[in-house]
Amino acid sequence: MPPTTELPSLLRKHESALLESWLAEQIRTGAGGVPISDSELRSQSREFIELLQQAITAGAIDDFDAPGFRDLRRFLEGITSVRAQVGLSPTDTATFVFSFKQVLFAQIRESVADPKVQIDEIWAATLLLDRLGLFVTEAHQKAREAVILRQQQEMLELSTPVVKLWDGVLALPIIGTLDSSRTQTIMESLLERIVETGSEIAIIDITGVPMVDTLTAQHLLKTITAARLMGAECIISGIRPQIAQTIVHLGVDLGDVVTKANLADAFKIALSRSGHTLVKRAVQK
Amino acid sequence: MEHIPILRMGDFLLITVQVDMHDRLALQLLEDLTARIVDFGTRGVLIDISALDVVDSFIGRMLGNIASISRILDAQTVVTGMRPAVAITLVELGLSLPGIRTALNVERGMEILRQQLHANRFVAEEALQEEGADVAND
Repeated sequence: MPPTTELPSLLRKHESALLESWLAEQIRTGAGGVPISDSELRSQSREFIELLQQAITAGAIDDFDAPGFRDLRRFLEGITSVRAQVGLSPTDTATFVFSFKQVLFAQIRESVADPKVQIDEIWAATLLLDRLGLFVTEAHQKAREAVILRQQQEMLELSTPVVKLWDGVLALPIIGTLDSSRTQTIMESLLERIVETGSEIAIIDITGVPMVDTLTAQHLLKTITAARLMGAECIISGIRPQIAQTIVHLGVDLGDVVTKANLADAFKIALSRSGHTLVKRAVQK
Repeated sequence: MEHIPILRMGDFLLITVQVDMHDRLALQLLEDLTARIVDFGTRGVLIDISALDVVDSFIGRMLGNIASISRILDAQTVVTGMRPAVAITLVELGLSLPGIRTALNVERGMEILRQQLHANRFVAEEALQEEGADVAND
């Protein structure tokens, strides 16, 4: 048997007063630090009160799964995912719901005279808002997980395959910008493959690298040095004219690293270093 | 006192590091190795570190020192089988070990040493022959 409650009528009667004091409360307690504009906060708060009122008017106040709550749930999910994406913590998001308590309790104290009924009402409101707060936290976590999943996907797409061109010759076509974390992944996968395949020559093809700055060059050199320490030699290929200019202008010293303009040249030299010769024969027609 | 065994294989010395290299062990290795190189007149040293999964800057420097000292004593050093993680660590520590020759495994390392020795011999023989020719001309 659900408890009878004055909350729906109370919400309805004092809707605008509640909204104003709630907004003032949220701004006072530093919800202003949250990167959400005041007008947005206002519209969100208003919608929350409206939907909450609808929900508890339509059905039992403690039956959160009731259809009356569907709109409220959807609304909370929506604002939570936005907040999660802009990088707010679950606490920040849940505070949005919990901060309503204080305002609501003040209103209950004011409107309900009988202390016994007052306590009952406050208890009912607490249960309801706690439930909503928990729901928001859960939704926040789900939204964050979705973000992580998407990022993982992107990482996978960006990950660079190490391909074997010949016995003892590996190629590493790099596409996209080289940052520290990516270089780390690339370096590790290249070195692992060198060990796996026992390759002595690795061609790093940077045709797909849009720009090279000092940091990128340093990352490349690190990779090459690490490969050399393991006993494999690296050849850089696919250096575009602009990039060659940039490298020289930046004063980056590639040392005694072999560089070739394109992958074909690099492959040729790799073959000759590993003792292979290429012979062209007349084509039989 | 613990020692890392130094094995003699023909013209070369073979060192396989099978235990964690702590500092004193590395210093001891350096001592032993230089003594052996001089004793045997060794021309090539091969250090296999494929079992080594932790290095620090000191061990990195020791490897460099071993190579430098060996070179002074007229022996080539080849380090083989360095693990990816170790290579990355050394690079991050700024130790690129420029004077050291490296190889993927012991077999390749031996090949490099043999080639080196062969090349040196060849040069030496050529020089001797030239000298002989000069003497004959006089």
